[in-house]
Amino acid sequence: MSNATRLGTEPGKVTRWVILGVVGAFFLVPIIALIEFSFRDGLGGGYTTGHWTGLFDPANARVYRDLFQSIGNSFILAAVTVAIVLLVLLPTMILVHIQFPRLKRVLEFICIVPITVPAIVLVVGLAPVYAVVVRVLGGSIWTLAFAYGITVLPYAYRAIQSNLDAVAVVTLSEAGRSLGAGWMTVLWRILLPNLRRGVLAAAFISVAVVLGEFTIASLLNRRNLQTALLQVGQSDPWVAAIFSLLALAFAFCLLLLIGRLGRDRRNRSSL
Amino acid sequence: MTNSIPTAAPVPESLATDSGATVELVGVVKNFGTHRALNAINLSIRPGEFVALLGPSGCGKTTALRALSGLESINEGRILIDGEDVASVPTNKRDIGMVFQSYSLFPHMTAIENVEFGLRMRGVSAGERRGRAAEALEMVGLDKHSSRYAHQMSGGQQQRVALARALVTRPRVLLLDEPLSALDAKVRVQLRDQIRRIQTDLGITTVFVTHDQEEALAVADRVAVMREGVIEQIGTPEELYATPTTAFVADFVGLSNRLPGEVLGGSIQVYGSTLALLGSGLADGPATALVRPEDVTIESTGIPATVVASSFLGSLRRTQVRLDDDTLVNVQHGVESRPQAGDIVHLKLRGAPVSAQR
Repeated sequence: MSNATRLGTEPGKVTRWVILGVVGAFFLVPIIALIEFSFRDGLGGGYTTGHWTGLFDPANARVYRDLFQSIGNSFILAAVTVAIVLLVLLPTMILVHIQFPRLKRVLEFICIVPITVPAIVLVVGLAPVYAVVVRVLGGSIWTLAFAYGITVLPYAYRAIQSNLDAVAVVTLSEAGRSLGAGWMTVLWRILLPNLRRGVLAAAFISVAVVLGEFTIASLLNRRNLQTALLQVGQSDPWVAAIFSLLALAFAFCLLLLIGRLGRDRRNRSSL
Repeated sequence: MTNSIPTAAPVPESLATDSGATVELVGVVKNFGTHRALNAINLSIRPGEFVALLGPSGCGKTTALRALSGLESINEGRILIDGEDVASVPTNKRDIGMVFQSYSLFPHMTAIENVEFGLRMRGVSAGERRGRAAEALEMVGLDKHSSRYAHQMSGGQQQRVALARALVTRPRVLLLDEPLSALDAKVRVQLRDQIRRIQTDLGITTVFVTHDQEEALAVADRVAVMREGVIEQIGTPEELYATPTTAFVADFVGLSNRLPGEVLGGSIQVYGSTLALLGSGLADGPATALVRPEDVTIESTGIPATVVASSFLGSLRRTQVRLDDDTLVNVQHGVESRPQAGDIVHLKLRGAPVSAQR
């Protein structure tokens, strides 16, 4: 881009560091405070590792049973949500990309809409639906993944679509078919290996969203990590802080992995 | 990465076909919404023949090829390969090999894995697969590139791997969808010649889509010139060039001068010369004659003209002149004569039969 088309001038080195420092502090100060808090020994001052080690003490197993069960619930929800993304959204997107390209805009609109709908509004709409779901499928925690499948749509769609746009999906599938491959073989042996990064990114970001979700689970009376943290936090704020940190670290690692995948793709395409 | 094409190995036994298949398109119609892309086309290709579908963008040539491959369904008509109607047979069951315009190698596979893919789909054992794929890569001169990925090869190399991949399964028909159009000029000519040599050695029936008339005339046994979903004319390159049956073919294949004339009783009067008309006769009246540059000569007497420009084309020279009525005429002649811009010359028409249009 030429300088003539730029709006204003680039900030100086000092300004850039100040901006980075302020934004960094905005995110880091609460996290550092949380870490510091998790080591506090009550309100009297001093520090202890007792809150961390106590979590894994068998003597406390009963105390934290609900919390661990809620973590398990969140992982089940993450797994089912990812399954919905992989089994419903991905084939749909590939099908639309190859066979019905005119529907791309419609699909994009449908997938992006959930980001504009507040969770509370979504729950109001979902409540009667879940009344039916419970009657048909029971009240198991995994059924909440149907709602999460909708909330992760915008993120998963973007991740997969950017990969679809970067790969000559139509040509590759036609080449595969001309060589004798059926549709399933084309999907499994040709398209998926080339869409691996987008699919993994969609899966990871879906996991991150599901692990951080509170509103829908709370309003539909389901127990997941976030609702459990709220509850535990009322009686044992240190444990809530520790699990918040761990969840944050897990989501951070996932996002780091997504970034790494994107970088690998850029490096490879630049060869 | 080098763009030159090395001398390739002879065609291996494992790729030799017994004989090519016959291919017939009978009354094939293809509509895209209200647009008719193929308008009841008929085409018959002999076993082992190399036929080029030539025409401008949107004429239906790629649609015809895709219909033949099964990648495009048809609305009416029959598609016969060796007498078997394959119109309703899916692409993966048609036993065809195809090379695409855009690079179509599977990016996550090496060159040899790409070539092996079709054999894998046919359940060929791993050992035989690897051997045949290696032979196919050797045939296109890329045996030393077998472990490279698509992004590690040039465009020409990728298309040669794609050719090896299409041929390794010994398909009944080879379909080439403008496989050279993304390549630079030198590689294009080299690969074109290599394709023709391999096709001749294998004896495989081949359909080649191109919008480049030079490419079509250079490699094909017969060329089908298409326009607006119909085949205007099919014939050998020589037939198309020398005796085009329509003005469109005369205009599209080779270079033609458009000279004003008067049709009179089956011939046309052009600047005082009477030329026989090719194709179905036009009614008497004014018309435009399409005269080849080599059918016009520069003489000491004749139609006066002023030289506009002259280009050296290697073994010949092409000179553009302007007549008194402002008509521009291209004249093809030997390199020994070097007219300069502004020179006054005189033209004569050789008297070869011409096409004409209103």
